[in-house]
Amino acid sequence: MASEDDDIMREFLLESRDNLSQLDQDFVTLEQNPRDHAVLSRIFRCIHTIKGTCGFLNLPSLERLTHSGETQLSRLRDGEILLDTHATSALLAMVDAVRRVLASLERGTGEGGEDFAPIIAELSKIGQAVPKPASEPAAPESGASLRPPPSLRPVPAEPAPAAVEAPAEAAPRALNVGDSTVRVDVALLDRVMNLVGELVLARNQILQYGAKSQDPGLVAASQRLNLLTTELQAGVMKTRMQPIGNVWNRFPRVVRDVAKACGKKVNLELEGNETELDRSIIEAIWEPLIHAVRNAIDHGIEAPERRRAAGKPAAGRVLLRAYHEGGQVNIEVSDDGAGINTAKVRARSVERGLVSAERAARMNEREVAHLIFLPGFSTADSVTTVSGRGVGMDVVKTNIEEIGGTVDIVSRPGFGTTLKIKIPLTLAIIPALIVTSGGERFAIPQVNLLELVRIERTSSRRSIETLHGVPLYRLRGNLLPLVFLNEALELPGPGAGVDAVNIVVLQADDRQFGIVVDGISDTEEIVVKPLGKELKALNVFAGATIMGDGRVALILDVLGLAHRTGVVSATRERAALEPASPEQTPGEARERLVVFRVGSSSRMAMPLEKVARIEEIAPERVERAAGRDVVQYRGAILPLVWLEQELLGEPPLLSAEPLVVIVCAERGRSVGLVVEEILDVVEEVVNVQGHGSERGVLGLATLQGRVTELLDVHAVFCRHDPGSFTRKEAAA
Amino acid sequence: MTRVKQLCSFVLGDLLFGVEVMKVQEVLRYQAMTCVPLASDMVRGLINLRGQIVTAIDVRARFGLPRLSDAREPMNVVLSAGDGVVSLLVDEIGDVLEVRESDFERPPETLPAVFRDVVVGVYKLEHRLLLALDVERVVAPLHGASAVGDAA
Repeated sequence: MASEDDDIMREFLLESRDNLSQLDQDFVTLEQNPRDHAVLSRIFRCIHTIKGTCGFLNLPSLERLTHSGETQLSRLRDGEILLDTHATSALLAMVDAVRRVLASLERGTGEGGEDFAPIIAELSKIGQAVPKPASEPAAPESGASLRPPPSLRPVPAEPAPAAVEAPAEAAPRALNVGDSTVRVDVALLDRVMNLVGELVLARNQILQYGAKSQDPGLVAASQRLNLLTTELQAGVMKTRMQPIGNVWNRFPRVVRDVAKACGKKVNLELEGNETELDRSIIEAIWEPLIHAVRNAIDHGIEAPERRRAAGKPAAGRVLLRAYHEGGQVNIEVSDDGAGINTAKVRARSVERGLVSAERAARMNEREVAHLIFLPGFSTADSVTTVSGRGVGMDVVKTNIEEIGGTVDIVSRPGFGTTLKIKIPLTLAIIPALIVTSGGERFAIPQVNLLELVRIERTSSRRSIETLHGVPLYRLRGNLLPLVFLNEALELPGPGAGVDAVNIVVLQADDRQFGIVVDGISDTEEIVVKPLGKELKALNVFAGATIMGDGRVALILDVLGLAHRTGVVSATRERAALEPASPEQTPGEARERLVVFRVGSSSRMAMPLEKVARIEEIAPERVERAAGRDVVQYRGAILPLVWLEQELLGEPPLLSAEPLVVIVCAERGRSVGLVVEEILDVVEEVVNVQGHGSERGVLGLATLQGRVTELLDVHAVFCRHDPGSFTRKEAAA
Repeated sequence: MTRVKQLCSFVLGDLLFGVEVMKVQEVLRYQAMTCVPLASDMVRGLINLRGQIVTAIDVRARFGLPRLSDAREPMNVVLSAGDGVVSLLVDEIGDVLEVRESDFERPPETLPAVFRDVVVGVYKLEHRLLLALDVERVVAPLHGASAVGDAA
């Protein structure tokens, strides 16, 4: 608790110090142009912020001081009085006094016990004398007039040791704001980041040579370089990271104001303060979050009477939660309000012509909830004041998607609504799939990637069908529109020797589509570089990156490509076209599962969200350490679990065939599950039946019409990664 | 006393061009390029300039000149244009020439429009004429909405 307060205090001191340094300049500007409203407002805001925070931090005398300053500043701002030399001096004296208090706080000696009565008295005299006409801006030699007259300077000036107030027993805890942190120009950080990006590429090149070389010295050196670069990259990335708390801090105020304006009572809860994200992303999420919170209060939370009638506490609850998961940041905005009134949303969408009536009738609850993200749902006079929420939700969605994130909404009538936002940790370095088409390489950001499908040439003629010239592929019963990348980009087609068709299944907006590429190479961490403005207008490329061989590869903008090729229509009905299979009953959640075979006959499945990657690993790469099988994998050691042995008790048979390994990650730790083969990825409603009798099995379910065992990933994980187990237990 | 300006010269077909030497970041021999699908003909590709992605502009295409024969590799003149960096692909690099303001003349009206668009003027050198190029205007057609039109 104490340390939390310290953190708030440190934040306050840092912020105030910066604001005050700006103030001096502002006063100078103001003396020359006393009517500069923008500057006056800025000064007012600064003092106002300090005063506001004093309340939180229990600093009564600083609060009194800034309050009297604020009063005068607001009069100045509102034009009631004009700034003259006397006013400037009095205000500057106040600023100096504020500085002394801050310095004292920083030393850990409380507010310093100084008496501010003379300054406050001086402040209250502002404007009582006849204001000077504006045509005579005070004192051209502004430098001199800026110094407060000596009489104004408080008598016990200088370091103000304030031993009076400091408790004798506790040695003052210095917060050392200045010593432990350095403020760095963001441009410099960006430059360092760029250089690290270059280093990553150079490292990749060296690794490629090192892999070919027999020289043990070079191999060892390149491995060391590899590790160091990875650490350096992580370190530099961290310098760009800021805790989301910096954004959270501003919400109590927003919530209070909005709640007051709507006549509602709202308690705000903030979780995951320390979750860190890239600076650029922090800036980008502020606006959409404000929107979302405003919506939650305005349209989610009911009025106190209605809440009481519904048996809920009069004060609503808004929860902002942030946490890391799978290399992404999740942010949730939840309220315990009435939830989305889907009937009204449905009716309203039809009325506004966003969807056709029959389509609306066919939609399930979740799809209806997503209608609020449609542009056009947000216009004024919308139904949302009474029921759903929707003002500007399309803006939220657009803003989040611009930074490569996704938005989802879950609502339970009567219990509230949760908006889930997933955003990447950083925009600078992203994982991407490298594909080739027409002899060129392209990178596809992994956030857009759903799955890869490979069809042998012999059967591809049958599986790719055309409908009025539009190529389609039946992916587990759903029609997947296809785009041939060669054709879309006007590149030469593949040679005759191609033996298979590769489909990269992508998500764009709410639609899935597949792009057919000549070849699929690998996934890589790529450094995103901007394209020159002469190429911005193309809309098909999100940027470029430099590959290990030093050549440039373009990064596909999946959404742009989708729009260009027309697989995602720009019309408003796009959300309604979400592939929903007819047998799906509304309200039931479909899950995506990986189906695989263990041993010779066991058919098993696990949730796709638990799967980090699926790898083929050569058996000779398996090493034995600390009594378990491990492989070196992406710069770390990956413990292997032979599911056959684990679940069936059969010893693993080592053959020369590559091992199929499902890499699962949980809380930054990974385990590789060795299976016989991957059968499919399915999306079905899962009804678990019975309890698993064997260890590691959750139960049985029918998937694709066949009985399938569900793997208890967590149990397997806990058994094989004691570290994560204990931590998990402790957290629970 | 007439003012002297330094221009970096290069050759394109039988024409001699010059750009302000301060705008030239560096001169490189031919670099492997990544082509940009759907881009205008003027964009020959992207090169990796020590980690910076630079668009290579085919100046011949800009002026409607035939492509350089495959046997000859163009040179890169890397220039700072506006807030970005572009590379102009030219046939040959010449010397840095000192030109006198007194030798300057506005481009003749009879010069084809593609040249008049991008040429600030003509310097009368002793043996030949030098066309002074405005870099911003060379890449200008790629910036506006017209770039989309070109691409489509």
